[in-house]
Amino acid sequence: MNLLQDNFPTFMQGFGYTLLSSIIALVGSMILGTVFAIMQILPQNWVRTIGNVYVQVFRNIPLLIITFFFFLVVANYVKISGFTSGTIALTLYTSAFIAETVRAGILSIDGGQMEGARANGLSFWQAMRHIILPQAFRVALPSLGNQFINLVKNSSVLAFVGGLDLMYQGNMIAANTFDTFLTYIIVAVFYLVITLPLSYYVKHLEIKLKHAA
Amino acid sequence: MEKAKKKQFGIIATIVLAAVIVLGLMWATATARRNEEHQDTLARVQKLGRIVWGVKADTKLFGLMDTKSGVPQGFDIDIAKAVTVQIAKQTDTPLSAEFVPVSASSKMQLIKNTNIDGSVSTMTITPEREKIIDFTDEYFDAGQSILVKKDSGIHSIKDMNDPKYTVIVIVGTTAATETKKFAPKAKILAVQDYATGMQALKSGQGEAMSTDNAILYGFATENPDYQIVGGTFTHGPYGIAFDNNQGPMIRETNKALATIKKNGVYNKLIKKWFSDVPGLDWHSLEAK
Amino acid sequence: MVTLGIFSAFTPENVLYLLGGLGVTVGVSIISVILSLIFGSIVGIIQFERIPYFSKFVGMINNIIRNLPLLLIIFFVYFALPKLGIHLPIFWATVLAMTTFESSMLAEIVRGGLESIDIGQFEGARANGLSNTQTMVYIVLPQAYKKMIPPIISQLISLVKDTSLALGIVLSEMTYRGQIVYAQNSNYIIPVLIVITLVYFLLNYGLSLIAKWADHKLA
Repeated sequence: MNLLQDNFPTFMQGFGYTLLSSIIALVGSMILGTVFAIMQILPQNWVRTIGNVYVQVFRNIPLLIITFFFFLVVANYVKISGFTSGTIALTLYTSAFIAETVRAGILSIDGGQMEGARANGLSFWQAMRHIILPQAFRVALPSLGNQFINLVKNSSVLAFVGGLDLMYQGNMIAANTFDTFLTYIIVAVFYLVITLPLSYYVKHLEIKLKHAA
Repeated sequence: MEKAKKKQFGIIATIVLAAVIVLGLMWATATARRNEEHQDTLARVQKLGRIVWGVKADTKLFGLMDTKSGVPQGFDIDIAKAVTVQIAKQTDTPLSAEFVPVSASSKMQLIKNTNIDGSVSTMTITPEREKIIDFTDEYFDAGQSILVKKDSGIHSIKDMNDPKYTVIVIVGTTAATETKKFAPKAKILAVQDYATGMQALKSGQGEAMSTDNAILYGFATENPDYQIVGGTFTHGPYGIAFDNNQGPMIRETNKALATIKKNGVYNKLIKKWFSDVPGLDWHSLEAK
Repeated sequence: MVTLGIFSAFTPENVLYLLGGLGVTVGVSIISVILSLIFGSIVGIIQFERIPYFSKFVGMINNIIRNLPLLLIIFFVYFALPKLGIHLPIFWATVLAMTTFESSMLAEIVRGGLESIDIGQFEGARANGLSNTQTMVYIVLPQAYKKMIPPIISQLISLVKDTSLALGIVLSEMTYRGQIVYAQNSNYIIPVLIVITLVYFLLNYGLSLIAKWADHKLA
């Protein structure tokens, strides 16, 4: 266990960056995802098309390529670090999945509710914000939780662009000590500290939702 | 299945699975120990009639993938071929050379894991590495240097000893650890391979890329806006690497290296790969 | 500069080389999805059957794997397993890592699929004299799989995308080969990245259309 003791600050730094990147990407992708989910159900054809194209593009290309694109290409024009490139890529990539989840949530709400709200004098946006979205999020919560778990796991691509995250630090320690086995086990435990409790919470939510239905 | 029976089955199955996992791990660890004792690289190579060399695929001059043949080309590859031919002659066994692309970050692991027999991959001989793997005599003289943009105002690694500067290095290279000694205040950005490193330098992720001068020359040739400054600040010749305690293989390889240096093959390869590099005194690299 | 790159980056050699990489990507993905389907089904059925202790134990292991980054599993299989005496060539190391990870994902899908089948069908089948195993194989599984086709295809899409992570262990798949091409000349980077992105997109979008079509057809 000397390996853990000797490198504890490094592991913790990596853990911190992984957590930071995940949280930033979570907030960003929730906002973007919701925006694109709504765009996909608006009556205007062109808005729907933009929403669809965005979601299809980011769902179907590897996260690693998006990350490289920001790190190696966009950085020519705007100065962004590996951490920032990775986090932006993570946000865009995840937002496409969140958009799908939220859209499904919205569609699961009875259409009559929107009509009722409109009949009561609420505008489309007011009804969306106060009536439809809160319910849609409740339905979508377990899937959103799963998306967040995926996001934490996917944040390991930061390792490819010097993003200082857990995986990056793990690789550096493994390359210096050659104790690949123990290093990667420790890295795994650090990831599980975040993801395992989340996954049990998501299961709990799923069961609760099933009982409520 | 009735309930009691199902429960019984469940308990037994759980115990069996847990036992399989534990025993499997124990067996695997034991095999790993045994493997470490028995592998003799020379014997394996002779038995299989081939040497699997780990080489670079993303490094100009030393090992760059030729997309037509699917085999990397470069000085390292030619040295590996020449050494293979010599060893075949010395040991009187027919040997072919096979090439597996490795990255700076994976080469050490692959030697330890015997995925490859040996490695000719711009690998600096260092005391730390020698604790874990074996090196032959040096086959190329190199030292660490920095590549910067021409108008950067940076003249040597000492100029970079400032937190506002970032030095790009490759995971697993000596530069990744050495740079800190010469510019302790500079930030270090480690990426997985040279192609990404050069791109990162161009896109401004760092002000300099640091690695061996010979590799940097390859990049400087292709990117005229960039130059090598300050000469070398470390001395770290390359060696061919094998796993630990491979006495016979090391002896044969050293003999082969000495022969190709003497019979002119080595100098011919130096000329082939380095005579066109601007700014490099390639005659100084020749074997005397 | 960029336009120059477009013409010179895609020499016939480089195009063939990249296509070979696409072959590796697709090969790894297809082998992994088939193997994952087998192992994932076994684990999923074990979890669905609720065998005392055993299902919980298997579920726990499955949950641990499911909650790890795939990249970590890839590094582990290629760099750490050899310490235990398990040496795999890079292609199969990637397949093993992907299969381990995807099996745990598919196990959840299989379990969910099975749970969505009406319990009455089990009882009906049993009343007709079928054994437990027969009921599972002939009645329940075919229905469950039919429902699972869309999620399985979306897992295949994930696999195609995730194969790019094997770049970290120098598997010669499409993303790695892209890097090799722009290692020839750094002006190639933008055209190469765009073309690779386009290929991934067309492949995966095509797969997602199949999933959608299957969903319609079976619903």
